[in-house]
Amino acid sequence: MEAQWITALQQRIGKERVQTGTADRHSYSYDGSFGEFLPEAVVQVRSTAEVVAVMETANAFLVPVTPRGQGTCLSGGPLPVKGGIVLDMSQWPSSVDITPGDLTARVSPGTLTAAIHAAAEEHGLMYPPDPSSAHVSTIGGNLAENSGGPRGLKYGVTKDYVIGLEVVTPEGKIMQAGGSTIKNVTGFDLTKLIVGSEGVLGVITAATLKLIPKPPAVQTIMASFASMETAGEAISTTLTSGILPAKMEFIDQACALAVEAYQPSGLPTDAAAIVMIELDGNEESIQVEARQVSQIMKELGALEVIEPKTPEAAAAIWKARKMVSPAIAKIKPTKVSEDATVPRSQIPAMTARLADIREKYSVSLVVFGHAGDGNLHPNILCDKRDQEEMKRVELAVGEIFEAAIELGGTLSGEHGIGTMKSSFMEQELGAVGVDMMRRIKDAWDPNGIMNPGKIFAEPGQRLVLTDE
Amino acid sequence: MSNPGTLKERMNYEKSFDCVQCGYCLPACPTYETMETEKHSPRGRIQLMKLAAEGKIGLEELEEPVGKCLGCMACMPVCPTNVQYDQMLEGAKRVIEDNKQKPKLQQAVEHSLLDTLIPSAAGMNTVGNLTWLYQKTGLQKAAQKLRLSTLAPLAMGEFEKVLPPQPSPKERSARPAFRPAHQPEKARVAFFTGCVMDSMFFAINEQSMELLAIAGASVIVPEEQTCCGALHAHSGRHDKAVELAKQNIQMLEELDVDYVVNNAGGCGAQMIRYDHLFEEGTVWHERALAFTNKVRDITQVLADLDSLRFTKPVNERITYQPSCHMTNVQRVTEAPRALMQAIPGIELQEMNDPNFCCGSAGVYNLVQHESSMNILDVKMKDAGSTSTSTIVTTNPGCLLQMKYGAEKAATGQRAVHLVELLMEAEPVPKDYKL
Repeated sequence: MEAQWITALQQRIGKERVQTGTADRHSYSYDGSFGEFLPEAVVQVRSTAEVVAVMETANAFLVPVTPRGQGTCLSGGPLPVKGGIVLDMSQWPSSVDITPGDLTARVSPGTLTAAIHAAAEEHGLMYPPDPSSAHVSTIGGNLAENSGGPRGLKYGVTKDYVIGLEVVTPEGKIMQAGGSTIKNVTGFDLTKLIVGSEGVLGVITAATLKLIPKPPAVQTIMASFASMETAGEAISTTLTSGILPAKMEFIDQACALAVEAYQPSGLPTDAAAIVMIELDGNEESIQVEARQVSQIMKELGALEVIEPKTPEAAAAIWKARKMVSPAIAKIKPTKVSEDATVPRSQIPAMTARLADIREKYSVSLVVFGHAGDGNLHPNILCDKRDQEEMKRVELAVGEIFEAAIELGGTLSGEHGIGTMKSSFMEQELGAVGVDMMRRIKDAWDPNGIMNPGKIFAEPGQRLVLTDE
Repeated sequence: MSNPGTLKERMNYEKSFDCVQCGYCLPACPTYETMETEKHSPRGRIQLMKLAAEGKIGLEELEEPVGKCLGCMACMPVCPTNVQYDQMLEGAKRVIEDNKQKPKLQQAVEHSLLDTLIPSAAGMNTVGNLTWLYQKTGLQKAAQKLRLSTLAPLAMGEFEKVLPPQPSPKERSARPAFRPAHQPEKARVAFFTGCVMDSMFFAINEQSMELLAIAGASVIVPEEQTCCGALHAHSGRHDKAVELAKQNIQMLEELDVDYVVNNAGGCGAQMIRYDHLFEEGTVWHERALAFTNKVRDITQVLADLDSLRFTKPVNERITYQPSCHMTNVQRVTEAPRALMQAIPGIELQEMNDPNFCCGSAGVYNLVQHESSMNILDVKMKDAGSTSTSTIVTTNPGCLLQMKYGAEKAATGQRAVHLVELLMEAEPVPKDYKL
């Protein structure tokens, strides 16, 4: 017999919206991170009214609700760790309503981020946040996780482009946060509180985004270095020279070797680090800036500096950067991808610490990431069937977090806390910081039904990557 | 019910760990778009196959998700970790087939099509000849008027009215076994006729061989060839697929040719993967590799020979519906487009999302008719909203589906095989002097 709440829910929003079959439930039990948790029902919602119905019912019957976009999350946000309902937002009809005069877009939560990029471009505008999953992920998921991307260096992340939200609270009430204006200091900034709250405070059902004029031209530069230190120096010298590139990415030698083995892309394999830069702006000014940046790279002893002359040549460089993820996956099948972030000046120190960790736990650790904003992606390649190896990986990950925090950094630059990093929260924020967050959570969600088991660790909880 | 161990072995369970569940396959999957739920996406299906192999869910949970997969393989080129989805899918289908859990109707259709008709050239010729008789005698008109054809098993009737006129049995049997090149010989090829192409689109096969000859290839039609086995492999009839592959491999070994050329994206995709049917290190695996090295789509050979000159402009705007198996398995995408654009007067206008499957997918449009029609609706919206008069395809299933789709959606477009279009432009050998 179906649970009483399932029947109640089916009566309110229709049977076809509520899936309870075995195959249905199992196919919403995972995301792009670790762990599988079986929900009791999958509910596909397509309107704010339906979300209200779900939340009212769940709140009355005390059933956990976990919102989910396309399940690309790398920190466990959409995992129904306490069972209950997976609230699938991905089938909500896509809608991007641009007001060119205001430079804003009103979007529905199920809209793919790439669709917003495309719609903005039609008006000569740009929505800057560019997570690498933009062609798959929904804006609802990006908002909940406060997604970043390479352009974060110059343009910031998702939260910097949200000016208004419609949210259904855990008790099923509809609330508006922010509005349609760029400046807005009316009351607490609940908009920014919701963005990045990982679905534990409510369900985002609409958002107003800020757009900017699309820069007319871009120029790419690639430079390689014999040591991590000189690469780090080149990055900080560039950033203090009065030039702010749109992107400043770096990959280490292990990544470059992996890419060349996977799909030869013309990356130098003899360098300890490769830095890839994109400048954007007016054609004339970026040409001046490109010369300055190249000069800096050379003066600091770059092994090679390449300024591609055609858009195709530039695209090839960025394609090689994109190849890093699939290429390193060939080393071993399981990829533990972290996003510990440090103050920019600490990048060389952090990479030195990562080298020590690689040695100490004898794990296959490679590093790439958004060097310009200090957001590194240390990736450990392992095999989740090897329990002994995974134990070492757990320890290594713990030490990566510790290193980031000791260097004045943070656990997560853009992936979120979710299930994976919750046990490290107190190390970064202190007991009071975590307690204040928890009080906010309790005030918003008195029955604790909204995406439980995320952000806040349970007593004794620790990082587990094995099937124990 | 088979034990999960069989599924583990057949779907290559250990390789399923290559899937990191990133979801990059979701936007590429036609059934995820039309069925709007994760169990009908590649990522969902892989998860379910894995759980079934581990014995955590029953095999019956796989039937619908696996049965509704088109097998278009659009998920494979976009997969960042290169998951071998085709092998997993075929393995799962094989285990399901062995356990006969399919609906009775689907079993009946697959049995009559795949176990008796299609592997037999005689059987397929009979189909062609009967269709000819049916069309010639005026029965076709009568049946259409009386709506008799809609009573045909499943949806076969719906496709009947878009079938081309069939050649007479006499014309069929008069086909020469060898055609010399129309210019100094540049290549020697064996022509793979394909079951559906040869029975339903006999004339296109004739045109294909003519084109090859004009382009400088001598063409042999080996009598010993048999069905490629694609439909068998896709429906889980592994043993039959292996048997057919062996026969074709042997056939080619007897011949002194540069290539075995086909004009059906689906056949080419099956043949180019013959090595996957045999265990690495075995003699048959070696022999299969020698075969696959010679498999070419006709567009690849024509583009490589680069020896055609078109004498008659075709003043039309066209759009191209690529065969999924040609794009995603054979990875042939440039040659067909280059050939179309070589025709004077042709303007190629790409439709939105050309790589989205048309829903034909082997016998999918027969056994999963409703799902197929939902996918076709999406395709016809994209094809119909171009300002073109012709849809060009490179596979018989797609061709039938496009002919049917254009009629159903009343787009006013005609659908042709690329070979037909090339012939309309009256090709001659490049160096030919008038």
